[in-house]
Amino acid sequence: MRTLLAAALCSFAACSAHAQLSIEITGAGAQRTPIAIAPFPGEAALPTGASASISSIVRADLERSGLFRGLEVPALVPRPTEASSVNYAEWKSRLADALVLGSVSARPDGRFEVRFRLHDVVKQAAIGGVAYTMTREQVRATAHRIADYVYEKITGERGVFSTRIAYVVKRGTRFELQIADADGASEQAMLVSEEPIISPAWSPNGRRIAYVSFQNKKPIVYVQDVEVPKQNIVANFKGSNSAPAWSPDGSRLAVVLSRDGNSQIYLINPDGSNSRRLSNSSGIDTEPYFSPDGQWIYFTSDRGGSPQIYRMPAAGGEAQRVTFEGSYNVSPRISPDGKSLAYIMRNGGKFQVALLDLTTRQVQILTDSDLDESPSFAPNGRQILLATVIGGRGVLSAVSADGRIKQRLTVTAGDVREPAWGPLVQ
Amino acid sequence: MRTLFTLLIACTLVACATTETTSQPPAAVEDRAPRTATPGATAQPAPGQSVTGVDLTGKPAATGAAALKDPNNILSKRSVYYEFDKFDVKDEYRPMIEAHARYLRENGTTRMLVQGNTDERGSREYNVALGQRRSESVKRMLILLGGREDQIEAVSLGEEKPRATGSNEEAWAQNRRSDMRYPGEY
Repeated sequence: MRTLLAAALCSFAACSAHAQLSIEITGAGAQRTPIAIAPFPGEAALPTGASASISSIVRADLERSGLFRGLEVPALVPRPTEASSVNYAEWKSRLADALVLGSVSARPDGRFEVRFRLHDVVKQAAIGGVAYTMTREQVRATAHRIADYVYEKITGERGVFSTRIAYVVKRGTRFELQIADADGASEQAMLVSEEPIISPAWSPNGRRIAYVSFQNKKPIVYVQDVEVPKQNIVANFKGSNSAPAWSPDGSRLAVVLSRDGNSQIYLINPDGSNSRRLSNSSGIDTEPYFSPDGQWIYFTSDRGGSPQIYRMPAAGGEAQRVTFEGSYNVSPRISPDGKSLAYIMRNGGKFQVALLDLTTRQVQILTDSDLDESPSFAPNGRQILLATVIGGRGVLSAVSADGRIKQRLTVTAGDVREPAWGPLVQ
Repeated sequence: MRTLFTLLIACTLVACATTETTSQPPAAVEDRAPRTATPGATAQPAPGQSVTGVDLTGKPAATGAAALKDPNNILSKRSVYYEFDKFDVKDEYRPMIEAHARYLRENGTTRMLVQGNTDERGSREYNVALGQRRSESVKRMLILLGGREDQIEAVSLGEEKPRATGSNEEAWAQNRRSDMRYPGEY
């Protein structure tokens, strides 16, 4: 058995060569901050793999958020660096509200130093800057950190450019559990199987992923370290085992087991020990999801006759119904601030992402696609990643929580589904 | 695979001795057959033909495992189909499930896996749970009719292993299904 599993796993090196996700923005925020990011002198010497420079990765990150508009920067002589004095009037005439200047220099130990400074052109002041030391392999990671810094300084919210996403690609008869940077780059296969893989869920520290694999002809819940290609069984009871969700402290998983008959929610340790039944209904209880404070578990149940979203105390107890509009509401995900609930609503034959404001009880439909599944909040709550179908093919899509900005992420020659946005990197 | 065939042939000889006592059950199936929606399953196997194999757990069969593969035997039928978002077993499938329950009762060491499936619409995880309800409903009926709890495992494949591809009612109807499978068949 062990040999078989090992064979099913794919080494990181072997699988990273596949075509990566490409991203197309199909909408943008009404107000985008115009930002000029001058090329960093010295960055041309760095390897990036995708013929992208640090400054162009920073610009692409910021533009993808839908909140920034990158300006073309003319070739300036001398090329400005973070140490240059800034003529704000000149940048204002180029219509920039913000400006990033930086440089890259080689260190004697073979590593590189990257420095940048962010300027508020309107207020005519430098508002911050950082110096990073990095290896040749950390070019993209460093660019994402710069973009995170700029994003947070200007919007007041955490940037998520350094985070990673997980998703499943179906290529022919093969299923691949993939991890990539939030911009779709650096795709790596965690698991390759001839049988389906669903429901990847990141541990809160981003080091492990729980998922469901059908490799043994039935759904079984596994946990796998992102860096170690070894499957660890969490739940393999009689019947079906599925829908893993991590508690916010990472100490427990909520899973759905059918070992006592119908699909019900249980808590279990990530090593598979200490399982305890949590829900108790005569119907289906599934898709558990913890509230960020760990106090509640939101879930889907058909106890009222049609699938609706309920919540119950994470310690167990009586459930309360949460969704009332519509006859099919599934896949609940609470926003990182705990204030809203994203889920899939059947809306006149279409399955779309809806957002429920838990305070005002208002529901907004965020997408205009037909077959949406698996919503997943960015860790700053700004965007929701989802799976949908376009032209008969599974693609990932992202929509901002206000519904205005939409992006599409596709891979060549494959169906993409089951996205899960990873946590903020510490 | 070759080993399996060898076993099958070897055990056929052993099993043949029991032909007389085990040709009864298929006849009972025949009696109920007119009520099934699968007329192909109504023909009674000729005596002696019903016992030509072994169940794949390796134990000699009391009732022939070949009946499971005989297209004229109701035991070769394995699938229960459902309406959208439903999991109740329609009456037309009762004779088939009775036949399998009897087979399980008479072959006490045989095990069965019931796999529930759904169409592609809606949440994958909700569909895993819906497929589970479907397979559980078949399992409960098998137990009511004589199968043992420890012989039968009900699992769900959700929408993940569609028999029919395509996004239309014809394909969806094919995929809203439970399959009864014996060892070696899954």
